[in-house]
Amino acid sequence: MQQKKPTSLDAEKVIEINGLYKSFGSYHVLRGVDLDLYKRENLVVLGKSGTGKSVLIKIIVGLLTPDQGDVRVLGQHVDQISYKDLLALRLKVGFSFQNSALYDSMTVRQNLQFPLVRNQKQLTKAEVQYEVERVLDAVGLLQTINQMPSELSGGQRKRIGIARTLILKPEVMLYDEPTAGLDPITCLEINALINEVQERFHTSSIVITHDLTCAKAVGNRVAMLLDGKFERQGTFEEVFNTEDSRVKPFYEYNFIQ
Amino acid sequence: MDKKAEDPAIMQQEMKPPGKISRMFLTLYDVCQFVTRFFKEGFLPPYEGKELMRQCYDIGYRSLALISLTGFITGVVFTKQSRPSLAEFGATSWLPSLVGIALLRTLAPLLTALIAAGKVGSSIGAELGSMRVTEQIDAMEVSATNPFKFLVSTRVMASTITIPILTFYTAMVGMLGALLNVSLFEDTSARAFFQMSLESITFLDITASTVKAILFGFTIGMVGCYQGYNSSKGTEGVGKAANSAVVIGMFLIFIEEVISVQFFSLFRS
Repeated sequence: MQQKKPTSLDAEKVIEINGLYKSFGSYHVLRGVDLDLYKRENLVVLGKSGTGKSVLIKIIVGLLTPDQGDVRVLGQHVDQISYKDLLALRLKVGFSFQNSALYDSMTVRQNLQFPLVRNQKQLTKAEVQYEVERVLDAVGLLQTINQMPSELSGGQRKRIGIARTLILKPEVMLYDEPTAGLDPITCLEINALINEVQERFHTSSIVITHDLTCAKAVGNRVAMLLDGKFERQGTFEEVFNTEDSRVKPFYEYNFIQ
Repeated sequence: MDKKAEDPAIMQQEMKPPGKISRMFLTLYDVCQFVTRFFKEGFLPPYEGKELMRQCYDIGYRSLALISLTGFITGVVFTKQSRPSLAEFGATSWLPSLVGIALLRTLAPLLTALIAAGKVGSSIGAELGSMRVTEQIDAMEVSATNPFKFLVSTRVMASTITIPILTFYTAMVGMLGALLNVSLFEDTSARAFFQMSLESITFLDITASTVKAILFGFTIGMVGCYQGYNSSKGTEGVGKAANSAVVIGMFLIFIEEVISVQFFSLFRS
């Protein structure tokens, strides 16, 4: 498998996280997370279930508030800006949910139109139609335009979910477990789509996953969340070239040795 | 500086979970915030006119069959049950007035509200609850759309608008049921029946019914939306949201009925 080039650490930072803490009651999920995402980089975040990977990206888009720490997205402090500014910032940050989160009472067309007509009111009907078809074509699912989400397969739902975020032309993409629950062939297709989105739409991305094949295929850099902190960051080889008993089983399970 | 004091994880661990009374006040505070948010955001642009119309159609038109059946049967049964008591005093001619007043003042608003609490409240609670569980509400948030405005404001407004309309419709259908019963057992024409009924209804009765119906509609929409919007994760949470929307909705409707009856009786004396 072709591994991607690591990002230059001199590039502009689009996300900067310093000393981030988050607890739910007595359960301390994040304990001093420090992380940077560079421009046009795909950063893969790995970690066991329940280690706070999804919590981290939900904090980045302001769905959760941190207990302590500094989160800057495209130069703005997410937890300090007004709701209006947060909405404006969210236009630049796409979020692909683990279960796609498609609006199940709407067709694929209406799902894609929904964020567009509310955020770009100057667009005519024809322009909205063109944009919807453009992103559906980009994810290879133009033929599903009039279908309901319940009529789509898991892989198709993921693609439509990604298309719905792309329609707002985001600068940053956050993928929550993009390959979870999919067959290996569809996983490869989703990996290819993530890379295509990076190249075609010039996005910077954080990809949350357990899937090391996905991590290797899409990540310029890998960060591993261990005990609420990023203790290992770097290229795929740098992260997994270790005897650390918390890291080794990950590799051994995914690539049987 | 003491390291223990710096670490928020340790600080959180030392915080005790709130007790029952504290939780009750926290919920009350949360409800107040939810209602305040509706008044703060619901009437400001951008307006979700299409969604409001869709909700009015869903809440109003789709409840018509059930409301019609219940209203009609209530009219028939109430008239049938009232006749013997009035007959004892030779006052069966008062039946149209009695039915008219009873239906408009209490039966129609209460019946409509209780049916709507069951049908509309549970459906709003379940719909928003499942949207919360499947992260569809979060998806609206992250796509820079205000889900509160789109989901909550439209549903609360729709139920506040449609329940009063349904209330008067129930009263009308109930009167038709009563007329059927009256015309089967007495020599009263439809014209005389409606004339007697309407003559006994005052402007205050209509005002009181309208105000009550608006209040009931607002309560049904608000309770359903609050329960669904704040439902906990999992399918169990969706069921709980739907159930709580009905139970709390009905409970509040009865309380509001008692208070409003007391309030409007002040103007009758």
